[in-house]
Amino acid sequence: MSETGKASGGSRVTKRTPLYDQHVSLGAKMVVFAGYDMPVQYPAGIVAEHNHTRAKASLFDVSHMGQISVWGAAGAQALEALVPGDIEGLAPWAMRYTQLTSEAGGILDDLMVVRAGSRLLLIVNAARKEADLAHLQRGLEHGCDAAMLDQRALIALQGPAAAAVMARHVPDSETVAFMTARPLSLAGVDAIISRSGYTGEDGFEISVAAEAAARVWARLIHEPEVAAAGLGARDSLRLEAGLCLYGHDIDEDTSPVEAGLAWSIGKRRRGEGDFPGARRILEELIEGPKRKRVGIRPEGRAPAREGTEILDAGNATVGEISSGGFGPSVGGPVAMGYVEAGCAALDTALSLMVRGTPRPARVVALPFVKHNYHKP
Amino acid sequence: MSDLKYSKDHEWVRLEGGTATVGISDYAQEQLGDVVYVELPETGRRVSRGEQAAVVESVKAASEIYAPVGGEVVETNGALDENPSLVNSAPTGDGWFLKVRVDDAGELAALMDEAAYADYVAGLE
Repeated sequence: MSETGKASGGSRVTKRTPLYDQHVSLGAKMVVFAGYDMPVQYPAGIVAEHNHTRAKASLFDVSHMGQISVWGAAGAQALEALVPGDIEGLAPWAMRYTQLTSEAGGILDDLMVVRAGSRLLLIVNAARKEADLAHLQRGLEHGCDAAMLDQRALIALQGPAAAAVMARHVPDSETVAFMTARPLSLAGVDAIISRSGYTGEDGFEISVAAEAAARVWARLIHEPEVAAAGLGARDSLRLEAGLCLYGHDIDEDTSPVEAGLAWSIGKRRRGEGDFPGARRILEELIEGPKRKRVGIRPEGRAPAREGTEILDAGNATVGEISSGGFGPSVGGPVAMGYVEAGCAALDTALSLMVRGTPRPARVVALPFVKHNYHKP
Repeated sequence: MSDLKYSKDHEWVRLEGGTATVGISDYAQEQLGDVVYVELPETGRRVSRGEQAAVVESVKAASEIYAPVGGEVVETNGALDENPSLVNSAPTGDGWFLKVRVDDAGELAALMDEAAYADYVAGLE
């Protein structure tokens, strides 16, 4: 038996999050991800962890992600020079999804931005965080600057029971609306708690000082509805939720429009056209992109993995799977991929070349599992 | 279970009257995690020792299964189509993959017995 199509972790020294000991004591299987020793799953297994998240609530250590602080009187204006999102329009403690774009209109990283008091708090991908920081420090003008908050941990509590669990420890958390954040106290620890996540479920992301992470984790993991979930379940949950994974569904060659992320480009920003890659991005907004990210449902049970060739009804190559696997809540294989615009309509019949054999599939709407966000 | 022989690739073989039943070890299923799909060969196909004979997919990844012994595939485990998790729950029982009419039973001599395989796996940890 041998695993195919997967790079090894390499031998360089790996970093640990402040919750490493908690993962080991829970019996996690650890893997190297973005230079960190991370729990890919606990003894329950990926499918059980996935299902528990959709049914109750799961706790994820996502401390490997980059937390970057941007400051300066004109921080929002300065950041807008690097992203197409409307940052100046962010109300205090509001949160917004955007991308760092290149001059060629590709995506250097995708991120969340919170207007956290007088600063901006950016949550970026682990594998990109050092490059992002350098990019920000180079590109931020108007006397603004950025620094990595590398002494902070990030914990996600996700699932339909997350709100009830959180309310026991932070009564005010019930008033934190979807895609907003607040500075609140949890277990006597100062935290920035946002109503957000990467699973398609209601939930929170909790930023705390590294030395307080174990205390917060212990409080939440002992709640009866809560179980730990690893990166494996995080990936299957986000795939079912139709959310992009950087380096797979989006990268430096992919534009936000191709990726179906045009909703995140502010109306004012479209009019002003003053963000990196605006020429390509605005042109694609008007004329439509040449290729589009779509949901793909393989028929049968065989998963189609990243890199799988996509054919149209006439057996011409029209694209490639960018993320694919098994969706435990769907109960079958699910995938996302890029196809030529002419093949992107819902219900378009496609073939996926899996191990040399074309297998039928069709274009379906994203997400695969309805989002269950808290939107009163 | 002392009649099982194991390959270094974590397949097991049970030889009964010239026919070898093939599956993956408990260690292998544990490493894979939740099995969601198994692709089995056509019956009648000839496989040689070390040749890819099946594919097992977990939530995370696809892995190839090699024939630990050469011969003709005479039967595959249809129950895995509907219930691939049998590979996790009963890897050396109901979670078997395929049966091969063995060309040369002498090939089994290259495989490990239960005790040798246990030592081999212990060395991997």
